[in-house]
Amino acid sequence: MGEFLLVTIQVDMQDQLALRLQDDLTQAINKKGAKGVLIDISALEMVDSFIGRMIADISAMARILDAQTVLVGMQPAVAITLVELGLSLPGVATALNVERGMQLLRSGLIDSSSDDRFIKR
Amino acid sequence: MTDSSSGELSLGTEHDIVLGRQAVRRMAQQLGFSLVDQTKMVTAASELARNALIYGGGGVLKWRMLNEGAKRGLRLTFEDHGPGIPNMDLAMTDGWSSGTGLGLGLTGTRRLVNEFEIDSTVGIGTRVTITRWK
Repeated sequence: MGEFLLVTIQVDMQDQLALRLQDDLTQAINKKGAKGVLIDISALEMVDSFIGRMIADISAMARILDAQTVLVGMQPAVAITLVELGLSLPGVATALNVERGMQLLRSGLIDSSSDDRFIKR
Repeated sequence: MTDSSSGELSLGTEHDIVLGRQAVRRMAQQLGFSLVDQTKMVTAASELARNALIYGGGGVLKWRMLNEGAKRGLRLTFEDHGPGIPNMDLAMTDGWSSGTGLGLGLTGTRRLVNEFEIDSTVGIGTRVTITRWK
C-alpha cells in the first residue's frame, strides 16, 4: 500500500492482543515511514473502553510519528453504544468505509491540530 | 425457570472476559434483543468483567434470563472478593478513575443498562448487578 498501512481487526480481541497491536503498528509506521494508517473495525461487534482507548492511543502515537490515522467501518450499534458509554473518540478521524478512508488519507485533510484527547492519566 | 436459563462463568484471566462477552451475546440473541441492545449489554459485561479481574483480582459472572409475564430480560451479576470500593460516591462520578482506566467504567456502564445495583464492602469485595429488558 506504499505510504499507507491498512489494519483489519477480525477477531474479538483479548486485551493483551490489543496492546500488542499497538506496539506492532507503531513499529511498522516507523520502519516503513508510513504517512497514514487505516484501521478497519467493520468486523468488530463491540468496542469497550479498553479497545476505545487503544484506538485513541494508536491515533495519538501515529500523529507523533508524523502519520495520520483513520478509523473506518464502525457498525452503527457499536457507535451508539460507544457514545452512551461516554467515549466519543475526539481527535480520531473516521470514515464510513475503507475506500472513503483512503480518500481522506490521500487528501491530507485530516485536522491534526485537534488534540483534545479524552484520555486522562 | 429452567436450569438452562441461569449459570455462571469464572473470571480469572483476560480470556474469560472474551468468553463472558460471547456468552452474553448468545443469551441476548436468544432473548430476541435488538442488535443495539445486544451490543450495549455485551459492552457493559465487558467493562464489569474487566473491573472484576483487574480491581477485584478475579471473580465470577452469574447470569439469569428473566421471564416476568410479558417482560423478558437478562440479569448479570459480577462478584469479586477484592479490596472493595472505599468511596462509592467518587467511584460513581463520571470521569473519575482509580488510575489505570478512563473513568468510564461504572458510570458509563450504568447508562447502557436499565437497572444497575452496586454493593461493595472494603476488604470483602464488590458485587455489581445489571439488568436489561427486551
